[in-house]
Amino acid sequence: MAEKVLMKGNEALAEAAIQCGCKHYFGYPITPQTEIAAYMSKRLPKEGGVFLQAESEVAAINMVLGATSAGVRAMTSSSSPGVSLKSEGVSYIAGSDLPALIINVQRGGPGLGGIQPSQSDYWQATKALGHGDFQLFVLAPSTIQEMVDFVPLAYEVGEKYRVPAMILSDGMLGQMMEPVEFPEKKETAVADKSWATNGHQNKRKKNIVNSLYIQPEELENLVKERYERYEKIKEEEQRAEEFMMDDAEYVVVAFGASSRVARSAIIKAREEGIKVGMIRPITLWPFPDKTIEKSIANAKKYLCVEMNMGQMVDDVRLVVNGRKEVAFFGRTGGVIPTPAEVLDQIRALAGKEM
Amino acid sequence: MAKTLNVLLAGFGGQGILFAGKTLAYAGLMDGKEISWLPSYGPEMRGGTCNCSVVISEEAIGSPLVTQPDVLFAMNLPSLDKFVDSVVPGGTILVDSSMIDKKVERTDVNVYYIDATKIADEQGIKGCAIIILIGKLFKELGFCSQEALDAGIRKVIPAKKAAMLDLNLKALQIGMDA
Amino acid sequence: MAVVFEKTKALTDVPFHYCPGCTHGIVHRLVAEVLEEMGVVGQTVGVASVGCSVFSYNYFDCDMVQAAHGRAPAVATGLKRALPDNVIFTYQGDGDLAAIGMAETVHAATRGENITVIFINNAIYGMTGGQMAPTSLPGQVTQTSPYGRDTSTAGFPIRVCELLSTLDGTALAQRVTVDSVKNVNIAKKAIRKGFENQINKRGYSIIEVVSTCPTNWGLSPEEAMNWLRDNMLPYYPLGVYKDVTEGGDK
Repeated sequence: MAEKVLMKGNEALAEAAIQCGCKHYFGYPITPQTEIAAYMSKRLPKEGGVFLQAESEVAAINMVLGATSAGVRAMTSSSSPGVSLKSEGVSYIAGSDLPALIINVQRGGPGLGGIQPSQSDYWQATKALGHGDFQLFVLAPSTIQEMVDFVPLAYEVGEKYRVPAMILSDGMLGQMMEPVEFPEKKETAVADKSWATNGHQNKRKKNIVNSLYIQPEELENLVKERYERYEKIKEEEQRAEEFMMDDAEYVVVAFGASSRVARSAIIKAREEGIKVGMIRPITLWPFPDKTIEKSIANAKKYLCVEMNMGQMVDDVRLVVNGRKEVAFFGRTGGVIPTPAEVLDQIRALAGKEM
Repeated sequence: MAKTLNVLLAGFGGQGILFAGKTLAYAGLMDGKEISWLPSYGPEMRGGTCNCSVVISEEAIGSPLVTQPDVLFAMNLPSLDKFVDSVVPGGTILVDSSMIDKKVERTDVNVYYIDATKIADEQGIKGCAIIILIGKLFKELGFCSQEALDAGIRKVIPAKKAAMLDLNLKALQIGMDA
Repeated sequence: MAVVFEKTKALTDVPFHYCPGCTHGIVHRLVAEVLEEMGVVGQTVGVASVGCSVFSYNYFDCDMVQAAHGRAPAVATGLKRALPDNVIFTYQGDGDLAAIGMAETVHAATRGENITVIFINNAIYGMTGGQMAPTSLPGQVTQTSPYGRDTSTAGFPIRVCELLSTLDGTALAQRVTVDSVKNVNIAKKAIRKGFENQINKRGYSIIEVVSTCPTNWGLSPEEAMNWLRDNMLPYYPLGVYKDVTEGGDK
C-alpha cells in the first residue's frame, strides 16, 4: 500500500491527473484553484507534458478542445467566474462529442463574488454550463482522497460516453490538507479514439470534429443520439453514499463540503436519539435519483444542506415529488455552515426543541 | 484525550501559523490519526491576519473548519480578541505574551502565557515562537506521542532546509520545559 | 489527352458554397495545393473558424476541427501541443481573427505558437450578411455602418500584419492578394513559406490575403476586384512585414 501523504486538495487532484495520463493542462490563474495550475507548471514539464498558461479562460478551454480532439487526455481548472468564461468551450466540447476534464473549485458568486468556499455553481454544472441541450458528467468529491480517486473515474466515464466531465470541488476542499493515498500506478482503460483528428496519414478517411449542423433534422437526430447516451449514463453511472441510512427517518441530502458538516451534525443528532441519516450524491449529474427513491418509503422528512441558496434541493424535490416534505438549509457567499447550525435544523425537522 | 482535538492557530502572516498547523497535522498523521488542515486564504495572507484549523481525530473528520476550538494558539491581540470566546469550556489557550499584553478574562479555560517571541529571539531561533507553544501544548495535553511529534516536524521541513530542523527541535524542547 | 490541370487531391469533391467572385475558393486551392506538394496532407489538421469559411472542414481533405468564433488559434494551440510533429493550420476571416479572436491571435503569435494562419481580410462580415468588420475601411458602408464607417465613433481599421510583426514570436507576417496570376503565385509562395516555417519550428506564421466580398460589397466580381485594388490595397499594402528567414522586415 502506498504511503499516506498530506496534500492540499488542489495539488492532490493535479497529481492524480498526471498519474492517470493527463499530460496537457491549460489554465489561467484564479483563487482558490491556482495551486492546480502551479502544481502542473512544476510537474508537467518533467513528465514530458505541456503546461500552458493561457491568455484567458476562454482560450484555455478551447486549447483543451484542440488537445482532446487530437486524442490526448487534457484538462483545465478554474473557479466560478472563470468557469463561466469556459462555458462557451464546454458547450462546443459537448457538441463535438469530445471527452475532457474541467475542474471547478467553487467560490461565492454571482459576479466576482468572493473567494471563500461555495456550492453555488450546482445549477451551472448540472443544468447549463453553456448553451444548448447537453449534460456534463459531474462528480462532487467530499474528501481529498476523492479529489484523487475521481480523476480517473471522470476520464474513464467521459471517454466511454464521449462527454465532458467536471469535478465540482470548492475552496474548502481545494485548500485543505488531508492524508491521501495514490493508487498504485495502473494503466487506465484506453478508450477507442478512432475519431481523433491527429492526421489521417493517408490511411483512413479524414476525421472531422465539429458541432455545426445546419439542417435542423440532422441536429435533432444527433442530439437525440446524445441523449440516448445520457440515458445510459443515468442508468449506469449514478453514485451516492448512504450514511447511517439503515433506519433513518430523517434524511439529510448534502454533497461535497457541506456533506462533511452534515456528517458531524448527524453523529451528534444520533447521540440525541434522532434517527437521521444522509444521502450524499457523488454524481451530481446524473443525479442519484435511485438512491433517493429507495429512501422514500422509510423517510419522514428530508433536509437539503448546501452552501448556496437552494439548488440541489430542486433535484431532490423532483425525485420526492411531493410524497414527503423536503426542507432546505443553506449558507452562501462563502460562509461554511457549522455542525451546530445543521444540528439545530435536524432537531427542528424531528420536532425537537432547539 | 477526547476522540477529537480541534485546534485553531491564529496570528499575523509570517508567524509560521500554517507551518505550525502542518506540524500538528503531521504529528497526528504519524500517530495514525485522521487529520485535516484548513488555512484561511485570500488577500489577508499577505501580511494581514492569518489562521489555520487543524483537526486530529480518531474518527473520520466532518467539517475541517474549526469554529469551537479545544485549543487556540493566539499569536497576536486581534486573534485573541476574535477567537477567545469561541474556545470550548475546559479548552486550552496558548498566548504568546510577547505579542499580547493582556490576560484572558474567562475562567473556564486553561490559559498558558509564554513569552515565546522574546524567548525565540534570545535563543537564536527567531521565527520559531509558535513552535515553542506547540512544545508547551505537548507537555500539557500530550496530544500525540513524542515520536510522532518529532517525525511530524521532520516531515514538514523540506530536505533542502534541513538546517531549520535543529532550530525547530530546540524550540519544541524550550516549550516542553516552559 | 494531356492533362493540363488537375484539382488537388487535398480538396474533397464537395462543391464550394462560396459566392461568385469570392476569393475563398482560390485561397482554399492554394492551401490545398501547398499541402499536397509538400506531401503533408496526412499529417495535417486544419481548424475551421466561424465566418464564411465555417464549412471549410468539408472542403480540405485532411483532418479538421471546427472552432468557436475567434478561438481557432487556441484550438490550434491545443492540437499543436498534443501533436507537435503534425501540421496545424487555421483558416480565419477578419471578424474571427481581428475582432472576437484578437486576444487568441496576439497570444498565439507572441508565444511563437508553431502554427500557420491563413487570414482572409475582406473588410466585412460575410456570413452574417455584411456588417462592419474590424478591417472595414474608413467611410465604408456596411449594414452596421450605414452612413459609412465613422472613425470618430467606430475607430480605425486594424492592420493585422503590421501589428503582429512587432511580436517576437511571429516568424512570418506577409500580406498578399489573389487579384492576378502574378499575385496568386506570390500568395502561394507565401503560404508555402508559412507551412515550411512550421515544419522547421520557426514559430507563428500568418498570411493575410486581401480578399473580396462582391455580395456584401454590392458589386459584381469584376467591380469587386477593382474596388479591392483601388481601396483595400492602399490601406493594406502588400508585402512582407516580418520574415525571420530573411532576418529582415519590410
